[in-house]
Order: sequence, then C-alpha cells, then structure tokens
Amino acid sequence: MSFIQYAAKRLLRLILTLFIISTIIFFVIRVIPGDPALIIGGVDASPSDIQAIRTKLGTDRPLSAQYAEFLWSVLHLDFGHSMISGEPVRSLILQRFPLTLTLAVLGLLIGILIAIPVGVLSAVKRWSGWDYLGLVFSQLGMAIPSFWLGILLLLLLAIKFPVFPLFGADSFISLVLPALSLGVARAAIILRHTRASMIEELSKEYVIAARAKGLPESVIRYKHALKNALLPIITIAGIEFGYMLGGAIIIEQVFSLPGLGRLFLYAIYQRDFPLIQGGVVFIAIVFSLVNFVADILYSIVNPKIRLE
Amino acid sequence: MGPLIQCHGIVKIHRSGGLDGANRGFKAVDDVSFSIEKKGNFGIVGESGCGKTTLARAMLYLDPPTSGGVVFDGVDLGSLKPRQLRAFRRRMQIVFQDPHSSLDPRMTIYDSLSEGLINIGMDRADRTKKIGRLLDLVGISGALSSRFPHEFSTGQRQRIVIARALTMDPEFLVLDEPVSNLDVSIQAQVINLLLDIKEELGLTYLFISHDINLVAYMCDIVAVMYKGKIVEQAPTEELFANPRNEYTRTLLASVPGRSGQIDVSSAATLSSADREKTAPAVQGLSKGHVVSDITSRTGDKPDLTEGTR
Repeated sequence: MSFIQYAAKRLLRLILTLFIISTIIFFVIRVIPGDPALIIGGVDASPSDIQAIRTKLGTDRPLSAQYAEFLWSVLHLDFGHSMISGEPVRSLILQRFPLTLTLAVLGLLIGILIAIPVGVLSAVKRWSGWDYLGLVFSQLGMAIPSFWLGILLLLLLAIKFPVFPLFGADSFISLVLPALSLGVARAAIILRHTRASMIEELSKEYVIAARAKGLPESVIRYKHALKNALLPIITIAGIEFGYMLGGAIIIEQVFSLPGLGRLFLYAIYQRDFPLIQGGVVFIAIVFSLVNFVADILYSIVNPKIRLE
Repeated sequence: MGPLIQCHGIVKIHRSGGLDGANRGFKAVDDVSFSIEKKGNFGIVGESGCGKTTLARAMLYLDPPTSGGVVFDGVDLGSLKPRQLRAFRRRMQIVFQDPHSSLDPRMTIYDSLSEGLINIGMDRADRTKKIGRLLDLVGISGALSSRFPHEFSTGQRQRIVIARALTMDPEFLVLDEPVSNLDVSIQAQVINLLLDIKEELGLTYLFISHDINLVAYMCDIVAVMYKGKIVEQAPTEELFANPRNEYTRTLLASVPGRSGQIDVSSAATLSSADREKTAPAVQGLSKGHVVSDITSRTGDKPDLTEGTR
C-alpha cells in the first residue's frame, strides 16, 4: 500500500468518525431534559412567548428537518448562531480556541519532557532507586486529579509564594500553572508507556548484537532502543493530546481562563444547542486531526507500516 | 593448537528481587568449565531452559557472569576495563535464535552491517566493499542492502545476521540456536553455509542447540547441559557411542531415529562399578570424555520442543 493510499484511507475514516459523532451529539442533547426557549424566556414568560422563541430558534420544527439542517451546516463547518448571544458559533469557538490549544500543547510538551527522560532512565536503571522514584511519581500523577493539583499549585505558587498570577490569561506566565497541572497527569501515563516500551526494546536481540559489536552503551540506548521505543509513544501522545482538550474544561474553570472549556460549560448550562453541537464537533475534529497526524507521523518513522 | 577460549567455573544467577529486598536468585548456569580449541567446533546441547543461552551471553560478557571467568586467547575478560572490553568484543560475535528481533527494524541492512565498522573507523568505500563481499558470502544480493529487515524472509534474515556478525572479523562465533526458527529445508542450507564459512575464514565455533542430531552433524566435541551444569562432555562419536551420564542417555534415546543407534549393549557392557550411581563412570573413559557426578537425574524426560522462548 502506498503512502497516499494509506493517508486517504485514514482520512476517510476520519470523516466517518465525524459524521457519527455529529449524529450522536445532535440527538443526545435533544434527549436530555431542558428547553432553551424556557431558559431564554425566563420564569415569567407566557406560553405564547415561549412558543414564539421556539419558532425563532427553530426548535419547534420536526427533528428530521433540524438534523438535516445541522448536518448541512457541519459540512460547511458553519455551526449556526448561539441561541443565547446570537453570535456565530464558529467565531465564538475560534476566539476561544487559541488559549485552549496553547494550554493543551504546553501541557503535552510538559508531559513529554518529563515522561521520556524519566521513563528512559527508569528502564535503563530498572529496579533501582531512580526507577522506583519514577514509578512512584507516575502512580501519584495518575491518582491525583489535575484540578486538585491545580488548586494545590495555586495555593503554593500564587498565594503563599506569589510567583504566578492567581487567574487570567494576560501573559504566557499565567499559563504555566494550568499547563503544569494538565501536564503532570499526562507525564504519568506517557512515562509508564515509555518505560515499558524501552524495557521491551532493550531486551531484544538487536540491542545485544549492538553491544556485541562493541558500540558504546549510549549509542545502543538512544540510537537503537529509544528510537524503536518511541514509536508507540507517538500514538499515546496523540490520544493524550485529545484528552487534554477535554481536561482543559476543568482546568480553565480552576484558573478562570477564558478558553473553550468555559465557553462549552456555559453553553451546556444554558442549553445553547448550536454552541454545544458546534463545540463537540469542533473538539472531535481537532481530536481526529491530531490522531490522524500522529498516525501519519507513525507511518513515516516506521518503515514497516508504509510498505506493507 | 592451544585453546582459544577457556571458561572457568562460570556461574550466572538471575536475580528476581522484589520490593522486600529478598534475594531470590535463580542459578541459571552453575559452575561450568570448558575450553574450546582454536578452530574447534564445540557444541552444547540441552533442553530449553537449561541455561545454554545464559551461558553464551555470560561467557561473552554481554551479561557478565556472577562468578567464574573467561580467558580468551590468553586475556582474562573479567580483568578488562569496560572500554577495553568494548574494543575486544569484535573478536567474538554472536548469532541469535530469532532473526526477527536481532535486526534493528528501523535500520536498513546496509546501516546495520556498517554500524560496527563505522565504530572502528572504517571509511565508507571500504565499508561498502566489505558489506558487499559479506552479503555475497552468505548469499544475499548486495543490491538488497538498502532494504529494511521486514522485507526479507526468516532464512534471509538469519543470513544477514550471520553476515553482520562477520563484519567485525571475529575469530570466535557463538551460534545460539541459529536455525531453530527456520524451516527444515532452510536449516540445512544455513548449517552448510556456517560450515563453509568456518572453513573459509578459519573460525572457532560454539554451537548451541537443543537438536542433538544437528549438534552431532556440526560439532567435534559435544557438551551436554542439564539444569545449568555440563553433565557430560566428549568428542562427538565417543559421546554417541558411549554415553555415560544418565541424562545423556535419556536425551539420546528420546530422539527419533537415534534410539536405534544407542546400543543397548554399550549400556550392558558398562561394568557394574560404572553403574553405581555413587561412583560415576570415570574408569575406562577415553581421552576428552568428562562426566559429571550428577547421574541420578533419571525420570526427567528431556523436553526437546524448544520454542522461541
């Protein structure tokens, strides 16, 4: 299979995924209780007012018509207008996205920067004090919820020792603590995978053969074992990146950051159907694209996949 | 010709320490001594898990022995500093059982073969020439050297692994089950290739296998390994004609087509003293025939179905 064919096949799968996700989210938000017209109208609105709002929003039309319209708009990457503010959903999302993206990228970067060196050290010095330290860190990192870590970091580094700002997103430095709270949990997971993958590669015979050739231990570890061990890590990192977009919702709340997470959270409170739909589809697109890129990257660095 | 390699009392303990710090060691190789003559072809036979592979790796100091030592061409490997040992390694190479994991999947064949040569400072033109020659020797077209390992069959890969071992111009080659992952038809080709190469380059072999027929075909001297120890060692014909150790006999008898050759009379001709378990058959042994005193391990059927571990 050629590289183009491989990429095309993955792209097709991506489109199918998005279609399924769009459909699910459309029906799910209509099944759960809550009527946007009631929320917009408020407690004092008369039944005829509510009906008028419904007509204006288009929620009085048959589901099938609404669904068709929604799919059509998704195809154009146009998610309609917010039922609450009336602004286009797309511009609302694109306004907030850069912050969340920066947060996720920083979090992943922190995760990888911690996980790979520590994971490699753990694998190379297996069952040593370093290894146990790494494993304990990883266990804690997975067990501690990131919002709790965020609160602890705020208490320590914004209140007790005010090195970082307490909230807001005015400068890069204000993203450090949220990115750290997101990154530690990712580091914990990626570390486990790096360690396991590295241990597996180090036990393979090509590594022993490299040693038999008289190569320096550093070359054996990094040029041979690590390169092969990193292959599965690419996929893991892609998935973790997706989780981070979701995880950002909570972290943005803790640090009062005006990102996508907070936008969607309020959209859910207010039953702002177009914004919820648009938000979920948007996140799904980003998630799928990231995994698509991870797969393509994987196939580029792994000669086996491309050529088989 | 004197011995090229001498192993003295090699012990290898695999540690399986837990969090409690308890030291639950497993003695994979237990006080093994033998020596291999220059240009000799020494065989080690034994069932899976008897410590053959551990012994091979320990004696090459790829995974240094817990105790005991190895003298290679007059040099005590245990006394070498890490740097000296690395430089020394090129004189002894190893071919593994599984050719799928013994080539780096991300390197082309050319890169895999040239890596060791770059390490000793050979320039590109010489490397290319040498790699072409070695691939030719093992019957792989040099035009394929830019391919990746997964593009080759198992048999071809094993040939490539053999070529790789030869890039360093070793004097001593450890062949650790080099054909047990190959189809029977390919096995014969690779075995004959190994014998031709040995002849042509004047190498010394240590051949490890669970297949006693193969060892008999390849080697001049055979050592039988059982539970980490060498229980009997003799020139090949002598071992087959006159096995003294109980385990060796069980091993020989369990091979299809070989049991007929084991002469019941040869067992019968053993004197009554020989048969006494407490006094091993040291009398009447021909030169080079060594039997350990572990003769009482009958009842264990040797497991000859060696897999890929």
